[in-house]
Amino acid sequence: MAVKKKLNMRKRYEVLTRGMGWDTTYQPMDKVFPYDKFEGIKIKDWSGWEDPFRLTVDSYWKYQAEKEKKLYAIIDSFAQNNGHLNVSDGRYVNALKLFIQGVTPLEYGAHRHYAHLGRHFRGEGTRVACQMQSIDELRHCQTQLHTLSHYNKHFNGMHDPFHMFDRVWYLSVPKSYFEDAMTAGPFEFITSISFSFEYVLTNLLFVPFMSGAAYNGDMATVTFGFSAQSDEARHMTLGLEIIKFMVEQHEDNLPIIQGYIDKHFWRAYRVLALIAMMQDYMLPNSPMSWNEAWQIYYVENMGALFNDLSRYGLRMPKYSDVATAEAEHLSHQTWSDFYNFTHAASFHTWMPDDRKMDWLSEKYPNTFDKHYRPRFEQWREMEKAGERHYFKGLPQLCQTCQIPMFFTEVMSDPMKISRRVSMYKGDRYHTCSDGCKDIFENEPEKFIQAWLPVHQIFQGNCGGADLSDVLKYYHLNEGEDNMEYVGSPDHKRWQEWKGEDKQDETATG
Amino acid sequence: MAINSLGDYVHINKDAVENFHGNQVVYIHWDNHNMFTAAAAFPLPPEMPFGALLEEVIPSIFASHPEYEKLKWDKVKWILDDEDFIPNTGVSLKDNGIGHKSLLRFITPELTGVGGSGN
Repeated sequence: MAVKKKLNMRKRYEVLTRGMGWDTTYQPMDKVFPYDKFEGIKIKDWSGWEDPFRLTVDSYWKYQAEKEKKLYAIIDSFAQNNGHLNVSDGRYVNALKLFIQGVTPLEYGAHRHYAHLGRHFRGEGTRVACQMQSIDELRHCQTQLHTLSHYNKHFNGMHDPFHMFDRVWYLSVPKSYFEDAMTAGPFEFITSISFSFEYVLTNLLFVPFMSGAAYNGDMATVTFGFSAQSDEARHMTLGLEIIKFMVEQHEDNLPIIQGYIDKHFWRAYRVLALIAMMQDYMLPNSPMSWNEAWQIYYVENMGALFNDLSRYGLRMPKYSDVATAEAEHLSHQTWSDFYNFTHAASFHTWMPDDRKMDWLSEKYPNTFDKHYRPRFEQWREMEKAGERHYFKGLPQLCQTCQIPMFFTEVMSDPMKISRRVSMYKGDRYHTCSDGCKDIFENEPEKFIQAWLPVHQIFQGNCGGADLSDVLKYYHLNEGEDNMEYVGSPDHKRWQEWKGEDKQDETATG
Repeated sequence: MAINSLGDYVHINKDAVENFHGNQVVYIHWDNHNMFTAAAAFPLPPEMPFGALLEEVIPSIFASHPEYEKLKWDKVKWILDDEDFIPNTGVSLKDNGIGHKSLLRFITPELTGVGGSGN
């Protein structure tokens, strides 16, 4: 019999994934895989897992190496040509600061936890898919750091993102979401990150950053986006596949999975409040508004997805209607909050100029002129009078999402702050919404441990009681990284580079 | 619903009142003045007289609002933890029933924010 020198793709996949697994005999399988049963998810047949990409490790290296070559060539030429001078405005770079502080550490967190899943799922097909994703996430973390390191040479606030991620108040929002998922069982984690985050909401995260980069002349970030895109497509497919796999395996899984989808949709959606404000306010040229993106990527696309999934018994995440109602308010409320507290943030905020105000009126005809323009005009007046508004204290935070409690009752009274309270073992716990309240009340034992940045400052765990002490603890350089954009060192450098006449620059940009 | 966990779950109440060095946390907000985007959080001694809230604590945040100078404390409606509330300015926060992580809101029916916009 002639021996074939090369196996075909399918055979290679079989050998390099399914062929890598075996049933243990020295130790019982339940001891070797201790985490994949306690959640109550029942898997009858792990071989029912279908990897839609059938990616093997040798072809994985080959594809990724080609992409890296292209990306690093672009990054080099971007640096040599001082590409940062070609962005639309110095304000734009604040979107990148938010990205490297709030998103890049999530890539690293995902890398760590997919590695954990790549060890702890009993099915070898699922393990291999998680291992590939783990390597992707590490690669994304690394390529993002390399892409943005050029900006770090010329702009403030990007020098210590991982330290900040663990300490700074607004970064506790993405951090606590990811850690909530990482401290859950493997099925909850994968539903949270692969499905709720990467499938349901990923376009709402990546489109603003990557199209935003394209619209604002940032070719380095666009190239990074392209380099990650094929990986993200694979991650989305993994997210959908795992959901179908779990519900097909046993009917008891359905209510558990729906509960995970409800919880993690809301958790991930709350993190996207940061993206909404970035999209509408930090991008000098906005490809589309948050509300438009929400209508397309959530209401239409996810509506269609959940129509398909209804044959499995799954429905749209709970409180989708609230999120859709919030779409006309979210970016304005979040930007306002960061405008209040930008003295403690490692990026700048500013009031929109007239052109941007008109764009916001046009994109938000039901809400902007009525609720937010009067607020911004007041703040512009205060700036002109030399009394730029800052909130001279600390805000109340939501026990679940850890965002300052500024969301409002958008369905009934849009200027009334939305507050919920729960009692647990004699103490009060405040949440910002029915979504966050349900999450708290389903697992109060977990959420009473929340490291709420404001309360930690009061407890004396953040370097001291004064703002300066806390900023030092954050590794944030006071007067450089924080405060208003207009007049900041970033702003002054930008004006020097561009030869802009300082006299022409008003307080409102 | 109890948490689903592999072993015994250790209860850690990170924000127990004992952790605040003799203070308790109190949240204060001025309704319809949302240019202060959220309620302010303060660590305050439970023995602090309520009057000190009016004279020191509240102005430290809200005095920069253009309507603040028109604010008359005798016309203010108070809400403590979602219940109508009439404070006794002479006695302590504790004796007024203001506890750890209480939310105190004040409403000024005649002052409704910049241009009546709730800001």
